[in-house]
Amino acid sequence: MSSTPQTSVGTQRVKRGLAEMLKGGVIMDVVTPEQAKVAEDAGACAVMALERVPADIRRDGGVARMSDPEMIEGIKAAVSIPVMAKARIGHFVEAQILESLGVDFVDESEVLTPADETHHIDKFSFTVPFVCGATNLGEALRRISEGACMIRSKGEAGTGNIVEAVRHLRSILGDIRKITQADSAELFEWAKRLQAPLPLVQEIAETGKLMVPLFCAGGIATPADAALAMQLGAEAVFVGSGIFKSDDPAPRARAIVQATTNFRDPKVLAEVSRGLGAPMTGIGMDEINDAQRFAQRGW
Amino acid sequence: MRVGVLALQGAFAAHADCLSSLGVSTTEIRTPQQLESVDALLMPGGESTTMSQLLEISGLFDPISDRISSGMPVFGTCAGMILLATEVLDGRPDQRSFGAIDISVRRNAFGRQVDSFEAEIDSTVGPFHGVFIRAPRIERMGDGVEVLGRFGAEPVLVRQKNVLAASFHPELAGDARLHDYFVSSMSTTRKS
Repeated sequence: MSSTPQTSVGTQRVKRGLAEMLKGGVIMDVVTPEQAKVAEDAGACAVMALERVPADIRRDGGVARMSDPEMIEGIKAAVSIPVMAKARIGHFVEAQILESLGVDFVDESEVLTPADETHHIDKFSFTVPFVCGATNLGEALRRISEGACMIRSKGEAGTGNIVEAVRHLRSILGDIRKITQADSAELFEWAKRLQAPLPLVQEIAETGKLMVPLFCAGGIATPADAALAMQLGAEAVFVGSGIFKSDDPAPRARAIVQATTNFRDPKVLAEVSRGLGAPMTGIGMDEINDAQRFAQRGW
Repeated sequence: MRVGVLALQGAFAAHADCLSSLGVSTTEIRTPQQLESVDALLMPGGESTTMSQLLEISGLFDPISDRISSGMPVFGTCAGMILLATEVLDGRPDQRSFGAIDISVRRNAFGRQVDSFEAEIDSTVGPFHGVFIRAPRIERMGDGVEVLGRFGAEPVLVRQKNVLAASFHPELAGDARLHDYFVSSMSTTRKS
């Protein structure tokens, strides 16, 4: 028997690699093993295991924390697709626990109540990859400089309202487009304005894209919302409350999967949007005050 | 030669970048009509259960199967390898595969993401940097299957006539030699 060659785990390439594999897919929030099965049956490329979907976190108030390990284990056992789970911003011990449970991705998420109002988790010190939310390019680059391997728009989770996710995607992608037009002297100013490391800004100027996959989250409720995010330049979508807070989750989940794949084909989008029943009711941005905005959490 | 990259879900963009670096033109394949315009097909990594469902819904399953049978070169990586295999272990009961290469493949056999790894591989194009993400393992090979790459003693790159399959991700290695092998050595392959 020949000896096994040396291997390295938890490298940036391996971590960003899983994010690559999730592109073009839909990651669905689930709170039970049964919901996880519905998501997998519908074609989800991964599930996000959590105790309450954002809409319920918003309704219930109080402190939202990492899920019970037993519940995460139950979801892991129910499906064969990757399982993600959320840790509070800055709560590196929750992240250590999630890593030890063998979750495939940790979301350092503003949907949970932040544990640290200054620092995010040092994500380089983990083998498991992290996704972080961002509202603009500076925030995205700060998270990447801390080791995030995937960025998602924050949107405004649990509202069923796509407007904030659109704002965040346009801000991130619009600034990337502008940076590709900047000359080398202007890049110093961009780094200063974005409060982001200069080498990352320079890399964007050179490649014209973010160095990790950019996904959309926060407010997707319909197949058309998913396709909108994709046409704006997101590379995959997270759907939180939008599926299991709708009238009939399974058909809606399937429709959003198809819409994400066929995001440039209005005929398919029209077909899959038919007869899905009522989406989640949703909340207008003027109905929530600043303190209720999850997107403002994170620094 | 125009290479189609199956773009239902997964790492299709990284494969297209890799092929473009070789000067090969690519088309993203989401419909049977798009398949008609290509001479070869790349099936990327991603979620094989998701892709299997979308292959059915999009009406691509049968046309792809027919094209592979009539000799179209196809290269599947990771989930793409699972889709090409004759037998899928630890898959979903309703998961379909093309049965285009006589191997039995176990999904996620190397473990979960925390076990995903990089390692050097011995391959037909020389030493190659292998990136294994929740990788499948080849547990059985039929007589007609040729091993073109190994990680230690494990077969990780295999070929049967017009079908090439890898359990790792050459598109993430920053090295287009295996894509080059696919387009240059396999483009004239016809099933005898």
